[in-house]
Amino acid sequence: MTKKVFNPDVDAPVFKGKYAPYDIIKEGTIAVVVVALLTVVLAVLFSSPDEKAVTIKSWSNATPMDFVATAITELDGTSGTATYGPPYNNAATGQQIGPFTLAKWMGINVKVNTASDFVVAPLSTLADQPALKTALTAFTSASSTQKASWEANYSKALTTGRFSSGTLQVPATNAGPVPVMMSALTAMARSGALDQALVTAKGFYTTDYTKPLLFMADGSFLANKAQAQHLSGDQWGMMNETGSYPGQAWLWLYTMWYQVPPFSTSWGANADALVWAFMMILTLLLALMPWIPGLRSIPRKVKVYRLIWREHYKSV
Amino acid sequence: MTTEIDRQWTTRLRKTVVEKLPPEKLLPDTQPAYVASWIYVFGVTTLAALAIVIATGCVLAMKGPLWWHLSSTGHFVNSLHLWSVEIFFFAMVIHLWGKYFMAAWRGGRQLTWVTGVVLFLTSIGAGFTGYVSQTNYDSQWISTQAKDGINATGGGAFFNVLNLGQMLMWHIVLLPLAAVALTAVHVIYVRIKGVVPPFEEEK
Ligand code: HEM
Repeated sequence: MTKKVFNPDVDAPVFKGKYAPYDIIKEGTIAVVVVALLTVVLAVLFSSPDEKAVTIKSWSNATPMDFVATAITELDGTSGTATYGPPYNNAATGQQIGPFTLAKWMGINVKVNTASDFVVAPLSTLADQPALKTALTAFTSASSTQKASWEANYSKALTTGRFSSGTLQVPATNAGPVPVMMSALTAMARSGALDQALVTAKGFYTTDYTKPLLFMADGSFLANKAQAQHLSGDQWGMMNETGSYPGQAWLWLYTMWYQVPPFSTSWGANADALVWAFMMILTLLLALMPWIPGLRSIPRKVKVYRLIWREHYKSV
Repeated sequence: MTTEIDRQWTTRLRKTVVEKLPPEKLLPDTQPAYVASWIYVFGVTTLAALAIVIATGCVLAMKGPLWWHLSSTGHFVNSLHLWSVEIFFFAMVIHLWGKYFMAAWRGGRQLTWVTGVVLFLTSIGAGFTGYVSQTNYDSQWISTQAKDGINATGGGAFFNVLNLGQMLMWHIVLLPLAAVALTAVHVIYVRIKGVVPPFEEEK
């Protein structure tokens, strides 16, 4: 049998030196007490942020025109969500890495049809509004070309529209039932009823906020608030939180790639997929470090260990 | 000759455990002299911070997800939870780099390293699902931003960051269970193998 050669990056030498008393239970107890105290001190000094959640109600009251402009894109299928692709719909392929269309392969498991889920279905929950009911019937029974022409005309008119004294005022145009629907949706949003309708579409109990979140993310209210709070993507985004808190600082490497070329420039369209792929490779390298020649020798060569074990090296 | 008793699963399990991890290894009273370094504080600190994270999380759980928005006591418990998490990650990252520069996977300790890396990922997942389960503006913004990253990988079909119920369950059930179980395995490996000895240097 051949004797295995000793590889200093894989094998450990046998320690023949001294052993000293060491009370690990006492050390652990002290650690818990010290960390608990430090936690209390930090919590007292710095508290924690808790900025109230935005609602469709607060959005449509603060900036009603932004709400309507977003709502019409949900209806005509041009909003961010409507054109997103998987997992919400098949309007697009989703991001890809070369020929790998991962999102598409995984399928549409969180179905969202913005026109019906965000506009038509919520409006149909409003009782006792005969004019709205007529408008909805006209809309749903119209052909898709007819709908598209109404929607295009309405979008155009909306650019000179305004919201004043509690009503949406859009110049008259050939938009069929769309103006009635949009006015009703705006009123519904401003009352808070739309927030509710979007989460209770499948019944009374709710724990799923996908729809109102997607709807709000399509508008600019949520993002403007984030911009003001230094939270947008080009400001190292979601790693931060409101106020001056450390947030998820450990995501720095992940968020960093979004700030640098080519991820931020020529690879931009598929940046998410590429950053993720890249991070997975890096993570795999980290996990498999003990088996990767070269990488696993760095610690021995850079000699930081001499600092870590300096007492030990002083004694040998 | 092996008897029927020797062949029992129970007997075999007991024998293996006692052989691999006798009480003197599980709870040793001495350590090699080289263990006198500050770096060893960070593993224990990570463990201690994890305990505080779980304890404060349990208090939040007892009162439900909206309590901390409505009560000043609740807000304070939330602050404790947040800051213990920050200490936890801070200590864990130093622990990780310390173990890297010690090449602490040497001498058959690869699995300790790998469970460590998986713990790091599990903790990131736990932190992230915590942020999106806060039911405030931060969770709205973080989830609507993060969805694109996860959707781009195809993961969005199974892991919907906009679904509060799903995120909260991951945050308070699945990921903590995984973190605690992995931590147990991680620390038990360290006890079985003992603390890695320093590099030998040629004179
Ligand atoms: C929940 C997170 C973690 C906890 C609670 C934890 C806890 C511990 C403890 C208590 C020890 C023994 C004391 C010490 O050597 O410092 C240890 C050892 C070790 N940890 Fe961790 N750890 C965690 C994460 C990690 C990570 C992220 C890595 C690296 C990727 C890692 C790698 C190691 C290694 C290689 C050892 C063996 C050290 C030796 O033999 O000297 N751990 N860990």
